[in-house]
Amino acid sequence: MIHSKTILDIKAIRSDFPILSREINGKPLVYLDNGASSQKPKQVLDTISRYYEYENSNIHRGIHTLSQEATNAYEESRKTVQTFINAKLDHEVIFTAGTTESINLVAASIGKKHLQKGDEIIISTMEHHSNIVPWQMICEEKGAILKVVPINEKGEFLMNEFEQLLSEKTKLVAVTHVSNTLGTINPVKEIIQKSHQKGALVLIDGAQAVPHTKVDVQDLDCDFYVFSGHKMFAPTGVGILYGKENILNDLPPYQGGGDMIKTVTFEKTTYNCLPHKMEAGTPNISGGIALASAIDYMNSIGIEKIEAYEHELLTYATAQIKQIEGVRIIGEANKKASVLSFLVEGTHPSDIGMIIDKLGIAIRTGHHCTEPLMNRFEIPGTARASFAFYNTFEEVDIFITALKRAIKMLL
Amino acid sequence: MTIQEAQNEIVEEFALFDEWMDKYEHIIEIGKDLPIITDQYKTEENLIKGCQSRVWLHAELKNNNIIFTADSDAIITKGIVGLVIRVFSNQTPLDIAQSELFFIDQIGLKEHLSPTRSNGLLAMVKQIKMYSIAFQAKA
Repeated sequence: MIHSKTILDIKAIRSDFPILSREINGKPLVYLDNGASSQKPKQVLDTISRYYEYENSNIHRGIHTLSQEATNAYEESRKTVQTFINAKLDHEVIFTAGTTESINLVAASIGKKHLQKGDEIIISTMEHHSNIVPWQMICEEKGAILKVVPINEKGEFLMNEFEQLLSEKTKLVAVTHVSNTLGTINPVKEIIQKSHQKGALVLIDGAQAVPHTKVDVQDLDCDFYVFSGHKMFAPTGVGILYGKENILNDLPPYQGGGDMIKTVTFEKTTYNCLPHKMEAGTPNISGGIALASAIDYMNSIGIEKIEAYEHELLTYATAQIKQIEGVRIIGEANKKASVLSFLVEGTHPSDIGMIIDKLGIAIRTGHHCTEPLMNRFEIPGTARASFAFYNTFEEVDIFITALKRAIKMLL
Repeated sequence: MTIQEAQNEIVEEFALFDEWMDKYEHIIEIGKDLPIITDQYKTEENLIKGCQSRVWLHAELKNNNIIFTADSDAIITKGIVGLVIRVFSNQTPLDIAQSELFFIDQIGLKEHLSPTRSNGLLAMVKQIKMYSIAFQAKA
């Protein structure tokens, strides 16, 4: 199949990702599990080894040159993230271990200070477990109530139902920007506006959005925006919590330790200012610095181009898979990014995943850490192909051919 | 047939296949051909929940041997489950407890017993061993 639309120089891009030239079970790797974790370009890998070869030392309290160089690199990275999401201030960018830690931080700190018995938190049916469980835990602790916005058959957020759940009791709304299982792009700006009208804070889970689309936290006006490095071409173990300055200042620290204090005596400790107040202990320094490299890499391609290319790729893959008899796509929202979840009548997703793995193709099967969403569709799980900008139309063809072969074996 | 002999037989059976595809096709056939559990035993109690696929395992003692029946909602897992049952069912609790499971490794399906696969198979093998210990007291 020939594709005339070539927005990106895919060949050059793919040569930046060493792992993409690997073979799996004797076949060229076709990596379609980007929703779980993305691959890393050599620019990011070089940053990590450069850090350990030239700059490695602890940050923020060193008198020596190495420590200052490492601190500078780390703080420069914070500024890169700030620009990437268009935060107003660099200290609104908090480094964490990932999306999960960011959400737990907000849940624990908000809970400690603001949640009381009878207060309400609203999430949606399509949330990842990491945007469900931390809220359940804090609600249980404080006697607050967790409410859930339903979705329609296409996998779209139901705005009217949401408005009915919103009230003066709502303290916080936590919703995903892009669903990891369905690919649905939620109307987060509207959700934020409506929540603010009722005085509720809003946290947006951006883990599946930042690798695929331009995010502007000031334009969205969200109170918190969280995401992970490893899904956006940076290493594992680093992530971001963006929070508005006044709100973060108002929250108690999440963890105690080094770096987050101003003065410590056995009687009383006073806390450091932002961002350090929320960053106890030695952070993942190399990961933080490498995150900036990943952002630089994405910017060098152009986020708008990435978005446009991936949209074409997803549209093509969707059209191809629909031609296979018995395929049911789970998640057919009007606005989607990167994700193609499906079932094949008469087969189990894990069987499909196992067979096409033997053909070199990496997809994910199971509930994708969204069990309540699977229950909503009354299915045990799905098979999911999720794309990144380094995937090609030819890879989609290979995937479709392999899928047909698997179905033939299984039925 | 002893547990050892049953395993050797499976290893010989799979030695015919060079290609993974043929192996999988054979396992799928075993999975399709074996209605190895009656619905009354497909209970929540007998369910071994893996992340990916579900496995049901039922055990009962007959003439001092344990009879295992099992099932899975995924066909490849079900095929492998069928092989495991072939090896262990109708053996004494003591023999099962003392046996080594080697055939899965030898027929090149080791990855299916890895904890990362989470297909319930590893948990099922552990459960079989648990039953053998529990039934030793009764046998």
